[in-house]
Amino acid sequence: MSRRFLTLLFAGILFGAGLALSGMTDPAKVIGFLDVAGHWDPTLAFVMGGAVGTFGVGLLVWRARTGGRGWFGHALPTADTSPIDRPLLVGTTIFGIGWGLSGFCPGPALVNFGALRLEALIFVPAMAAGMLLARLVFGADRD
Amino acid sequence: MEISASTVLPALAGGVLIGLGTLIGAAASGIPPGISGLCAEILRSAKGEVAWRAVFVIGMLAGGLLIFQFHPASASFHPQKSLTVMAVAGVLVGIGTRVGGGCTSGHGVCGIGLGSRRGFTGTLLFMAVAMLTVFIVQKVGGATP
Repeated sequence: MSRRFLTLLFAGILFGAGLALSGMTDPAKVIGFLDVAGHWDPTLAFVMGGAVGTFGVGLLVWRARTGGRGWFGHALPTADTSPIDRPLLVGTTIFGIGWGLSGFCPGPALVNFGALRLEALIFVPAMAAGMLLARLVFGADRD
Repeated sequence: MEISASTVLPALAGGVLIGLGTLIGAAASGIPPGISGLCAEILRSAKGEVAWRAVFVIGMLAGGLLIFQFHPASASFHPQKSLTVMAVAGVLVGIGTRVGGGCTSGHGVCGIGLGSRRGFTGTLLFMAVAMLTVFIVQKVGGATP
């Protein structure tokens, strides 16, 4: 395996370990975080805070030191500056409904899929079908 | 409302690991590694676009399993909904993340971390909608504990 692939494998391992350690893979915790009007459990805000802070500050420091160069000939990514449009608003609304219904977003769903948990074995193929549907029917496939 | 060091520390540490994985993934690919975007590109199976993403996702599954194995407290899993609801939610998450161009990691971690207005807007919106969805489900259905 190339050094680039090993690096990406390591990055994925960190990401997945973080999801599991943080509690994001337990839908009860996620629903508890979203249940602001009920028994609100704000713990998962620290997951987003820790992740955004580490990535954001890490990027700033990295950029300052290298002028924006990444590894293996890649530049560090920059922000998507395209305007806020209808697909963004409609799509994230649909995603929010699905997330609220299930307590699964894509990363934790995949980790639970890897752990062969029944709910994820149903959810992940359905999510893949939704992605294909979005592309084939609505012509939507943004990065 | 329940908040204590024993739950906040794993959450914060997990968040830092997610941020590091995102940073290293971004540096080694030149692309902010949002999970829904990785999945969509793997499904699209364009030449040269699949392998590195698959490697990242396989790493993610392995990292999760490692923690479940060696830190059993993290392996707690309490399904909330019927399999039918999970299937419907899965389709919605698939469509929504592709039409909207990101998920919790793509808009949330990557987008906000990069200082993107789209990421910030998308994250605020899907969080608000998800909270509203949970509220409505609790009120109408009352099915979840």
